[in-house]
Amino acid sequence: MESLLAIGFLAGLAALLAVVLAVAHRRLWVYEDPRIDTVTDILPGANCGACGLPGCRAFAERVVDGKILPSGCPVGGPDTARFIANFLGIEAGAVEKKVARLLCAGGRDVALQVGEYEGFSSCRAAATIGGGFKGCTFGCLGLADCEVACTFDAITMSSNGLPVVDLDACTACGDCVRACPKDLFVIEPVSHCLVVQCKSILEGEEALERCKVACTGCGLCAADAPEGLITMKDNLPVINTEKIEHQTELATLRCPTGAIQWIVGQQFKEFIPLDTMPAKN
Amino acid sequence: MATALARHIETFRHGVHPDDYKELTHDRPIERLPFMDELVLPLSQHLGSASRPVVSVGEYVYRGQLIAEADGFVSANLHASATGTISAIELRNHPSGRVVDSIVLTPDPVSPQTLYNERSIDFSGLTPSEIVQEIGQGGFVGLGGAAFPTHVKLTAPEGKKVRFFLVNAVECEPYLNSDYRALLERYESIFLGIRVVLKALEAEIAYVGVEMNKLDAIELLKQKMPADLPCEIVPLETKYPQGAEKMLTEAVLDIEIPSGRLPIDVQVIVNNVGTVSGIGEYFQYGQPLVERIVTVTGPGIRRPSNLMVPIGTKLSDVVAYCGGMHENVRQVLFGGPMMGSAQRFLDVPVMKGTSGILFLTDYEVFPREEYPCIKCQRCVDACPVFLNPSRLGSLAKARLYDDMMDWHIMDCMECGSCSYVCPSNIPLVQRFRVAKALLREQKARESKDE
Repeated sequence: MESLLAIGFLAGLAALLAVVLAVAHRRLWVYEDPRIDTVTDILPGANCGACGLPGCRAFAERVVDGKILPSGCPVGGPDTARFIANFLGIEAGAVEKKVARLLCAGGRDVALQVGEYEGFSSCRAAATIGGGFKGCTFGCLGLADCEVACTFDAITMSSNGLPVVDLDACTACGDCVRACPKDLFVIEPVSHCLVVQCKSILEGEEALERCKVACTGCGLCAADAPEGLITMKDNLPVINTEKIEHQTELATLRCPTGAIQWIVGQQFKEFIPLDTMPAKN
Repeated sequence: MATALARHIETFRHGVHPDDYKELTHDRPIERLPFMDELVLPLSQHLGSASRPVVSVGEYVYRGQLIAEADGFVSANLHASATGTISAIELRNHPSGRVVDSIVLTPDPVSPQTLYNERSIDFSGLTPSEIVQEIGQGGFVGLGGAAFPTHVKLTAPEGKKVRFFLVNAVECEPYLNSDYRALLERYESIFLGIRVVLKALEAEIAYVGVEMNKLDAIELLKQKMPADLPCEIVPLETKYPQGAEKMLTEAVLDIEIPSGRLPIDVQVIVNNVGTVSGIGEYFQYGQPLVERIVTVTGPGIRRPSNLMVPIGTKLSDVVAYCGGMHENVRQVLFGGPMMGSAQRFLDVPVMKGTSGILFLTDYEVFPREEYPCIKCQRCVDACPVFLNPSRLGSLAKARLYDDMMDWHIMDCMECGSCSYVCPSNIPLVQRFRVAKALLREQKARESKDE
């Protein structure tokens, strides 16, 4: 008898709750554009934030609302953008491939090393101790914080301790920009061929003492470039992106140290990536 | 309070007992370092914004003359530390590892190096805010190492009253003796400085916290103390990091400062004894902060000494004066062994916040292999702010920085007690510094987005 009572009571409770749920489903139902789910499925799903929004679903919502064009997702690339554009019947937008560029070429072979670092292998940790072990305060420390941070395994460390960005794998998500304690990475369109591979604000001999490929601030590139394309600021050339269509290799030819480079495609082609890196803690 | 007056040996909870190695220089009287060929005065020697130069290249300046003025409220004045010519204003190496704008001064070899404006300042007629303003004119910063501008510290926020003024003469870092020598040789200016600051703060009483490894200084101060000065010498147990503001307040007054708060929130202001002595000298004969006591010590230097160094003297000149380094020197630190910062170049200048220069050899500094955490909890017993360094360390290793916030990583003051006691050689503090830097960056980014 007791068991029957229990079964009956629970069955009654279940029926009651089922009614409540059924009513709630009808009454509290919110319309959501089904295309959002579809677009989210088409997107890469990396949730990397490269588009500037928190995750792929937020991006999909904006695309469906028409607030942002499908090409805003750098990870998906032109194919994904076109696919979404066809599905929604909208324009894909101009797709420009962007890539992370390193503003330092001071590998172990050319940059002065003044100290020995004995802590654990992390650029950020080394940089907290007197700015690092290199003669140049601004340069790449080569302890691979960016390689670890990269979501898409696009970064490998080369034999001279510089990160090499794989042009195809890099999605311009900006992980490396945030990881670098020296702020050496920038996200730039691949079509921008002029890259200043130095961040040292020191001038002339002082910069050269610390690194053979440092920018000495001589200003030859600014003089050779078309009017207004390159300006000198803090002993470094600054490239005016508004006039980038006038860019020319001419600006790099007279550079005494090769600090300003004309880069088509991949940066640091000539270095052989190391297969094995020192063990990371 | 009552405990402080009862005169037993006070201290804070937790902490470590490193060997103090003070015997290298504790009996060396302060020597005056001669003016070298070139002095480099960085424009940012203090916390806050850099000073703005008010002199031009080629100008002849006198010792104690203002050469750069405070730019903003949290900033400090900078004075010429020798009579001579400004030879350049350019980028120079800075002890922090950066290159910063510095004023380069070539001292005049035939000048008598007298003070620019020698005068005694009568503070009896000044109001507290006028005294603070006068201290700001002198360019004083905390000489214990952090170099926080003193006039900012002495300006109590609206509606906050100061009851106690603590003079930090603890010097808990091993090797260093600059505060100890100041206690022995500059007690008169210390007492005058205390008088000035007490008036500026309108505080009731001053306490001078001194560790028990400086018994002769404690005796001397008690003997020489003027009868009308509301000041008390508090002997403290020798323990690291007693010189931290929060630890000193707990040790002397038995007041715990809550997380994220400052001593001012419990009606306390803490100042280093060197700063107080400097303030005394400024009011006595108008000498702004142009020189400081620096302990040059360690097994790597041939002649360990206590030097009165003009601000801006280059490290290489100090080394040459002290007989040079031994061949096996492996690390040169500005500050003590626990919290000092390693230097990359020998041409960096001695700054306002440089309390010591330490030369360590390969007997002290060598790579130590890191072993796994054995959960011995020695770091937990050592942490003076009651964190769990063991847990924080494993979170940092796994890069779970957000989770570290739940374990109060931002209360860590990077004193190094946890790394010091760790039997597995885990570089805990270094990991915490990385985590804190990343978390601060993330917070800055978030606030910028909003």
